[in-house]
Amino acid sequence: MQREPWSEARATAIIAEHVHLEGATLPILHALRENFGYVDEGAVPLIADALNVSRAEIHGCITFYHDFRRAPGGRHHVKLCRAEACQAMGSDALHAEILAGWGIDWHETTADGRVTVDPVYCLGLCANGPGALVDEMPVARLTRDGLQAALTEVSR
Amino acid sequence: MSVTIYVPRDAVALGLGANRVARAIFAGAERRGLDVEIIRTGSRGLLWLEPMVEVATPEGRIAYGPVTPGDVEALLNAGLAEGGAHALRLGKPEDIPYLARQHRLTFQRCGVVDPVSVVDYREHGGYRGLEAALKLDAEGIVAAVRESGLRGRGGAGFPAGIKWNTVMLAKSEQKYVVCNADEGDSGTFADRMMMEGDPFNLIEGMTIAGIATGATRGYIYLRSEYPQAFETLKEAIANGVKAGVLGANVLGSSKAFHLEVRLGAGAYICGEETSLLESLEGKRGIVRAKPPIPALKGFLGQPTLVNNVMTFTAVPYILEHGAKAYADYGMGRSLGTLAIQLAGNIKRGGLIEYAFGITLREIIEDFGGGTASGRPVRAVQVGGPLGAYFPDHLLDTPLDYEAMAAKKGLVGHGGIVVFDDTVDMAKQARFAFEFCAVESCGKCTPCRIGATRGVETMDKVIAGIRPAENLAVVADLCEVMTDGSLCAMGGLTPMPVMSAITHFPEDFQRRGPMSVAAE
Repeated sequence: MQREPWSEARATAIIAEHVHLEGATLPILHALRENFGYVDEGAVPLIADALNVSRAEIHGCITFYHDFRRAPGGRHHVKLCRAEACQAMGSDALHAEILAGWGIDWHETTADGRVTVDPVYCLGLCANGPGALVDEMPVARLTRDGLQAALTEVSR
Repeated sequence: MSVTIYVPRDAVALGLGANRVARAIFAGAERRGLDVEIIRTGSRGLLWLEPMVEVATPEGRIAYGPVTPGDVEALLNAGLAEGGAHALRLGKPEDIPYLARQHRLTFQRCGVVDPVSVVDYREHGGYRGLEAALKLDAEGIVAAVRESGLRGRGGAGFPAGIKWNTVMLAKSEQKYVVCNADEGDSGTFADRMMMEGDPFNLIEGMTIAGIATGATRGYIYLRSEYPQAFETLKEAIANGVKAGVLGANVLGSSKAFHLEVRLGAGAYICGEETSLLESLEGKRGIVRAKPPIPALKGFLGQPTLVNNVMTFTAVPYILEHGAKAYADYGMGRSLGTLAIQLAGNIKRGGLIEYAFGITLREIIEDFGGGTASGRPVRAVQVGGPLGAYFPDHLLDTPLDYEAMAAKKGLVGHGGIVVFDDTVDMAKQARFAFEFCAVESCGKCTPCRIGATRGVETMDKVIAGIRPAENLAVVADLCEVMTDGSLCAMGGLTPMPVMSAITHFPEDFQRRGPMSVAAE
């Protein structure tokens, strides 16, 4: 996915677009994440000022939720489901193979910067597991080959 | 003459190549000079047959599945456009026994209609519930919900009519209707399927709730793990506003209902209603102490009706057909239908809407056809990560709130996850603690500390270090978590743990070293 490099001016504009919403914090953080690929530390005072809350509250919010990365990740984001229905279809062993193949652990990015991998607890693909999300594309009955094919497809 | 072909855009179908199937049909039809219109629907819920393609014929729709992109040429050659014979031909979808046996009330349109079309929704009976509701006063609508016996489908099973009544009677300038669409339980996908396949059913249900309670604003709090549902809901809401079924003047009634969808951010705890409201307000998803209950002080301190997707989507049927028609299904105090989700290691997984009272064995054997691996069923987890693991001898338990509770289990959101005989129940018990440790909001000590101590103690058991003593510590810990936690996260984590220890004691003895999962 194409991401813009961090820019305070751009972030200020994004925040301004959402500031009128009831409970604007999450919509703002999602918009920043979508635009920059992560939530930069520099966004914290900007959001706090716009919403008239303390920086601590915004920091607390960012760190509470799994979705908000605080540093840029890889070009593609793979989420592998670790929940029970996928476990019943052998996801644990498959994940170990996938991670070993890339030489990384959960939450890490491959050396070439192509893929960041995170665990996720349920994607709702539970009758056709193991499930994965590659960027925003679901993959059911996941295999190593299926994951590679999905990565090739989203790279196009 | 144009031929209409239906290809699902449900996440499961997409995950199995439905977009490539649709493209192949389009290209193949073009080469043959066939005039084909492809409509992207939701899924019917026969998930082992996805992608399931349907074609409109004079005799009704004919289904084919599971269709891979590589099958499309052969299907077109076999006369797919006229419903021609082929090995993948399934006949009329509604005659497939898996579907024919069900009681499809809430899911009647899912997989049938174009999910984002108001016109299609109305042609298939949509908005008759709201039209009926508009002829009643608020008390009349709430009475219908109460008399239907509908209980909260999120898991707690609280009578919906009582909640609706409380919000209706609350006095405030601004009330809210909030849909809990943070379907985080493993093995559940009914909400997802509904939002992707028939979102107007949810929109209609929430609109009825708004009119009954006097709430003019609504939010759908959707988990971010469902990007397809997010897009479908946004499109449906925008189309609904254009068509006048949402907004300042709902169906010309001069009543207002404004609806917005909001995205969660990957926190399981936000499926707990007070944590969800905190998150919706833009804060950390920390559980609130009750009272005050959300029905009186909810979103931004205002009276708020919080219900699950499956609760709201049962309402249009109830208003259209009457409370009794719904209450005629089910047993005891569990009335109506339950959207059962059959998942895990299962041959024919899918969505089974059925009256309460069907047994687990009927679901797993008759519908599911046993495990996908072909090995014997050993354990079945019912009701998500906080639900109990049942062994074979408990599979004749009916799905009913009280009957499940009597066996120290729960219905939860209706998810059933099947494991074959390769499952290691000590590992599953450890995972229950691990999941709780990752997802605990941290507000109360039994959950925050208990989960971590639980993982450590289970690791000792698994490593064979004084298993009897350490299992006694686990049991003690579980008692503290059950009695002392603020919400169901810590309060129910002991359920999978203790059920595994009780029903599968052999897995907790004679242990050797094992690898510890990363996280």
